[in-house]
Amino acid sequence: MNHHFKYLLRLADNSLINAQCLCKWTGHGPFLEEDLALTNIALDILGRSKLLLEHAALIEGNGKSDDDLAFHRSEREFLNTKLVEQPTPDYAYTIIKQVIIDSFDLNLYKELSKSKDDVLAGIAAKSIKEITYHYRHTSSWVNRFGLGTEESNQRAQNALNELWRFTGELCETDETDEWAIKNGIGCSVENFKASWQTQLKNLFNESNLTIPENTFMQTGGKNGIHTEHLGYILAEMQTLPKAHVGATW
Amino acid sequence: MSTINFEEIFETKLAKNEMIEPKDWMPDNYRKHLIRQISQHAHSEIVGMLPEGNWITRAPSLRSKIVLLAKVQDEGGHGLYLYTAAESLGISRDEMLDALHTSKAKYSSIFNYPTLTWADVAAIGWLVDGAAIMNQVMLQRTSYGPYSRAMIRICKEESFHQRQGYEAMTRLAFGTPAQKSMAQDALNRFWFPTLMMFGPPDKESPNSDNAVKWRIKRETNDELRQRFVNQTVPQIEYLGLNLPDANIKWNEAKNGYDFSEPNWVEFKNVINGNGPCNKERLNARVNAHKNGEWVRAAAAAYAKKLDDQTLAA
Repeated sequence: MNHHFKYLLRLADNSLINAQCLCKWTGHGPFLEEDLALTNIALDILGRSKLLLEHAALIEGNGKSDDDLAFHRSEREFLNTKLVEQPTPDYAYTIIKQVIIDSFDLNLYKELSKSKDDVLAGIAAKSIKEITYHYRHTSSWVNRFGLGTEESNQRAQNALNELWRFTGELCETDETDEWAIKNGIGCSVENFKASWQTQLKNLFNESNLTIPENTFMQTGGKNGIHTEHLGYILAEMQTLPKAHVGATW
Repeated sequence: MSTINFEEIFETKLAKNEMIEPKDWMPDNYRKHLIRQISQHAHSEIVGMLPEGNWITRAPSLRSKIVLLAKVQDEGGHGLYLYTAAESLGISRDEMLDALHTSKAKYSSIFNYPTLTWADVAAIGWLVDGAAIMNQVMLQRTSYGPYSRAMIRICKEESFHQRQGYEAMTRLAFGTPAQKSMAQDALNRFWFPTLMMFGPPDKESPNSDNAVKWRIKRETNDELRQRFVNQTVPQIEYLGLNLPDANIKWNEAKNGYDFSEPNWVEFKNVINGNGPCNKERLNARVNAHKNGEWVRAAAAAYAKKLDDQTLAA
């Protein structure tokens, strides 16, 4: 697979699967204002995934569309990290998962806004504005959960304990990343890894939450080896296009 | 010493088509009528997020997913303006939600029908939002200021939703045979429930004198229903779909279509809680509220801590 295409596809899949999971809260949020806010975040991320998939499809150059990539690839062909596909049994999981993603993406897309791939740089510049708001929102909920009630602190800590093992993969670098860095398309996570980790550590510390120590980090999503959750996410998301091949909607 | 006659001021404002604002004096039954109507309208928006929300994760293209997610969010936004408008009349959000969760307050019965296929989402946009606009356009000029202003914004967004629904229906009706049959099936199932949205026939409708006087209602149920049928039949024909009612026929004398009466026994059953999804819709709202309790408690506790710190500083 072409490195440029693969690099874009990973970014796109992270956004698409993240948004697909967030969408489930619409109409079921803890209160109306928060329902609207989380849906807004989902919309931004979904919009970004569409832009990235359109661009990836162009770079791949074999006539496929963004929808072809979203709805006609199988589990093993999706290249998102395992973190984004993790289920969120309560709102603490959603917030903890999202604050990790937002804080990472804020750093990542700042770097990507300097990409030599003009389209990617444009998408990144637009995304920075959005993710800045997302992080403000999710980090303020980390404060509320961590310092609110005993129950909210416990729920947030449980979510952090469960999800932390999926954070290592975010900083992995393989030959596709190296190609992207060398060619000025992508960026090195090393540029911001330490400051990102410090940022999260400070946020959790000030919220009376603790990052678990000595966690064995899970890996594989970037290369299509997922957790079992992804299959169900795709089965739901792709049901209509797969049942009506050739139809347009 | 001269006395101020509040009722006279109120009546004069109504007569001059002026707005009544939250701090103005108003008769108790005016306030009560509005609280009931606005809160039930708000509940309809919030419950209305559920049938379409049912298809967000299964929307068949990225564009349709974005459009649907934004649309359902709009409905939530409408709920928010309306709850806020009702709050300005002196009722709290908690009281209103409690009335919804304990079935004391009603919401539009159309949302008690299931969305079984993707075409149902299109049909809701096209037919249900279309019918809602007809009911709501007159409320833009209603006498209570906050309600009127909320409705102006809501109507703009609803007419956009209706166009989105019709666009989605067009894609299905002109798509593959399977898509076309999905569209026909959705039209057949949603036609009569949509006609019921205008309420019972005029001859059975409770006296609505006050509602007319207060500019809360301007046209009768049957007039609105007829207008909806007249507008929609040519759209069905354009789509190349079969009419969902064999009795739809142009009547030159009345300059409108004849059509069958909806099944009013079914209407009463759905209103009384026996529709196909009444239980599911209410459970979904109650569960969301219950599952969100610890979240709201955390936010309140944290806000109090911040307040205490500010006071101590």
